[in-house]
Amino acid sequence: MGSVYQLKRVDFIFKDEKDWKVILKNSISRPAHELINELISSELKGRGGAGFPTGLKWKLTAEENDLVKYVICNADEGEPGTFKDREILSKVPLKVLTSMAVCGHVIRSNTGYIYLRGEYFFLQKDLNKAISEFEEYCREINFDFSIRIFMGSGAYICGEETALFESMEGKRGEPRNKPPFPSSYGYMGKPTVINNVETLAHTYTIFEYGAKRFYDLGVQYSRGSKLFSVSGDTPKPGIYELELGMSLFDFVEEFGDGDTKAVQVGGASGFLVPRKRFNETTIGFQGKLTGISLPTGGSMMLFNSSRSMYNVLDNYLEFFREESCGQCTPCRVGCQQLLNGIKAVKRGDKNAQYLDKLLRLTETMQNTAKCGLGQSVANSFSAIVENFREEMIY
Amino acid sequence: MINITINGKVFQVEEGTTIFEAAKQNNILIPHFCYMENVHQIGSCRICVVEVEGGKTLMASCVTPATEGMIVHTNSERVRDVRKVIFELMLSDHPKECLSCWRNQNCELQELGNLIQLNEFRYEGAKSKDVIDSSSPSIVRDSSKCILCRRCVTVCNEIQGVGLMNPHHRGFSTFIGPSEDELLGESVCTNCGQCVLVCPVGALKEKDSTVAVWEALYDKTKTVVVQTAPAVRAALGEVFLYEPGTLVTGKMAAALHQLGFNYVFDTNFAADLTIMEEGSEFLERVKDVLTNKDKKSVLPMITSCSPGWIKFMEHRYAGQLPHLSSCKSPHMMLGALTKSYFAEKMNIDPAKLFVVSVMPCTAKKFEITRPEMFKDGLADVDAVITTRELGRMIKDAGIDFRNLPEGEFDSPLGLSTGAADIFGTTGGVMEAALRTVYELVTGRELPGGTLHIQPLAGLNRIKTASIKIGNPLPEYSFLDGVTVKVAVTSGLRGAAELLDQIKNGTSPYHFIEIMGCPGGCISGGGQPRPVNDAIRTQRMKAIYREDEGKPVRKSHENSDVMLLYRDFLGMPLGHKSHELLHTIYTSRSKN
Repeated sequence: MGSVYQLKRVDFIFKDEKDWKVILKNSISRPAHELINELISSELKGRGGAGFPTGLKWKLTAEENDLVKYVICNADEGEPGTFKDREILSKVPLKVLTSMAVCGHVIRSNTGYIYLRGEYFFLQKDLNKAISEFEEYCREINFDFSIRIFMGSGAYICGEETALFESMEGKRGEPRNKPPFPSSYGYMGKPTVINNVETLAHTYTIFEYGAKRFYDLGVQYSRGSKLFSVSGDTPKPGIYELELGMSLFDFVEEFGDGDTKAVQVGGASGFLVPRKRFNETTIGFQGKLTGISLPTGGSMMLFNSSRSMYNVLDNYLEFFREESCGQCTPCRVGCQQLLNGIKAVKRGDKNAQYLDKLLRLTETMQNTAKCGLGQSVANSFSAIVENFREEMIY
Repeated sequence: MINITINGKVFQVEEGTTIFEAAKQNNILIPHFCYMENVHQIGSCRICVVEVEGGKTLMASCVTPATEGMIVHTNSERVRDVRKVIFELMLSDHPKECLSCWRNQNCELQELGNLIQLNEFRYEGAKSKDVIDSSSPSIVRDSSKCILCRRCVTVCNEIQGVGLMNPHHRGFSTFIGPSEDELLGESVCTNCGQCVLVCPVGALKEKDSTVAVWEALYDKTKTVVVQTAPAVRAALGEVFLYEPGTLVTGKMAAALHQLGFNYVFDTNFAADLTIMEEGSEFLERVKDVLTNKDKKSVLPMITSCSPGWIKFMEHRYAGQLPHLSSCKSPHMMLGALTKSYFAEKMNIDPAKLFVVSVMPCTAKKFEITRPEMFKDGLADVDAVITTRELGRMIKDAGIDFRNLPEGEFDSPLGLSTGAADIFGTTGGVMEAALRTVYELVTGRELPGGTLHIQPLAGLNRIKTASIKIGNPLPEYSFLDGVTVKVAVTSGLRGAAELLDQIKNGTSPYHFIEIMGCPGGCISGGGQPRPVNDAIRTQRMKAIYREDEGKPVRKSHENSDVMLLYRDFLGMPLGHKSHELLHTIYTSRSKN
């Protein structure tokens, strides 16, 4: 099983940012459509985890006729097990700021915001320093763009883009109904590009080296590289930039401790892959013809055989029960009753078949919850209950 | 127009129509719960999800616009399966004590159960925190029954602009109400009860007063007097399955007699009296403002019949309180007169009198507790029951309402004119006042011949009219050529708009009518459910029918009111009036 394979490490993101002024100046002298085409041909997809094509996002927003538009950098990095955006913002903040300004140039916006996770308050000071430096240069070259930090208040759900807008508008952080989408109706009801921190760091790479350098990395449908936050039962936790399209088997060969029984790809709302599926699973976006391809915001948690998968699931459900915004029935009540359900089975108050009823419940949540949070609870739940059923019962 | 296929049939609908509306227009019922047409469409309960071909997930039909070529299934296996699960989830966090719930058989959750047909409860588990807040004299909140549809949040914030009812906490701990430690009774709640009106379950209800009323009725030492507000007669029938807009004045009076009330009076009598007092107050103010150099009065004058509105103003516009008319609300006037004029006339000890008001309103329950509404330790009114509570009492007493003969109000506080009837609808008080004021000033009837002022009727948020005074009687010569500008609003958001104008000094009006509830008392917080614009319109029509059917339609022609002035009060704004019929207001502003 498996092959002798080297994970393809890449070093773009944390490469120095000393040329940011040149890249900014060059980029904003190019016409918007050219920049959009560059992004589209790079096939960069959103690195927050959802994988929406970034070039298309900018294009749709650029096509809106509103005089007021916004560029927002989503730095509400809250998915359990991810810590890459924090690293980007502390090491190469000017890459992110530059990309935001180029986006402003493309969509005709002069206002950018960084929605910074509440727990990242310690980044604020240095980030503001970088912003001052950045804005000063913008003034120097007569480019009208300002960036403000908006501090989040600690709600996981505010990483969801429309909940993030609500939060910024001073309202309770809850997802909106979509459509309309942010490209036409975002922050303050205005057309808005909202990109993950890492996505913006990649657009910098693309503006620096051209779309082809980026496109040549990765595999079909999953181009480029990606940062991975590796944690759990691994001898070498940390942040790694890797080419997309690797098999999970190879990943575990590299990062596992020799006893890996499952990997949680994409954090609590992501997918849990048991050992028997490592070989057929690749990390990237959907569209691959064989096997399963899993998108991820970059969180890779490894579990070895000492871990109880019941405890893992219990922990996830506690998390969702608390972090659900409480608006829609399937998510608000569903998370709670799932948690109650597995506890009841574990205690022996309900028989093992009750797990199947709970699976029906997660299907309903997947089909009917208002936003990605409630919809994604089913991912880990079904994988754990189906693959580690005995651990759920005994 | 766009084409949409629902359950295999192609329909044409306007662009922008939601899937839910498109289905409804074509007689396809999609089970739904939190949805309220044109008021509350947030897609939170997810009961109305449908399958849209090509979509990864199901879509909430109430918030998803129909698009060209869309293919929708409302009853596929997938849809029916998840609908049951969602409904089970709702019920898993709801106490199933239906038989002892005041909403039994009038509950939207029960109705939904009738549609969805569950045969098991698979998901039992945690229940939300059980908090019963009965601190308010008007409204009781029972969080254990709340299913978080958020209709109350929408009406409290967007319709009323009070902004008290909101979601707090997150996830399963989410609850709806004032913020964590705040009690309704100590909050800025105006007691308007619009939240109670839209609550689909028993989570919000009026504070029950029927027990106190039954006790009084059974107490042989008490003379129990009841009065009914103008809007009650236009809606009580709905409790007994009459069509909305059916007037049941006679049956209501008969039922009240059967319940054992000793005297059945009509708040309408006091509405006529209010016009006499308030109309006179208005003319005094106008005279002061127009003719007096160091005038003490301010304009516009604002009506004061609606206690929800009054409390809102005391909180939010305390600086503008001098604009309020000093008149008590009509039922308070009638209560005060019962315990003075009537007691004197009948030689009854006022302490032995128990006055009950049947009101379309929850705020009136609060109003009777205000210290200004007591005289010598005696309350002007002892208990307020809502239209719904009266309905419950009639049922409880086994009265066959639909087959009752027509009854009548009792003298001397039972006679009223058409002007009093229209107090029940938005625009009515203003029209009634102008019928009298115009005639007092000019000696002529309101122009137009119908006695109606058309621009003031209807459900628009803010309605305005101007009336030019020409050729007044000599004593009102100061009004010659003056165009009197009036405005009418119902619902507190409109009130805030008009008050902001006053605050900014840009209000062009002389006289403003404000009712706390949208549509006025016909859709007050104590009225039968449901209430929507179609039902509001039906009730409104009934009110105008009642007015038009009366032989006398101007307050100053109410012979019993004239008798009251001759025998007891003296004259409008006289000493006795001030003592019994007028009041003061208190700032509740925290600034």
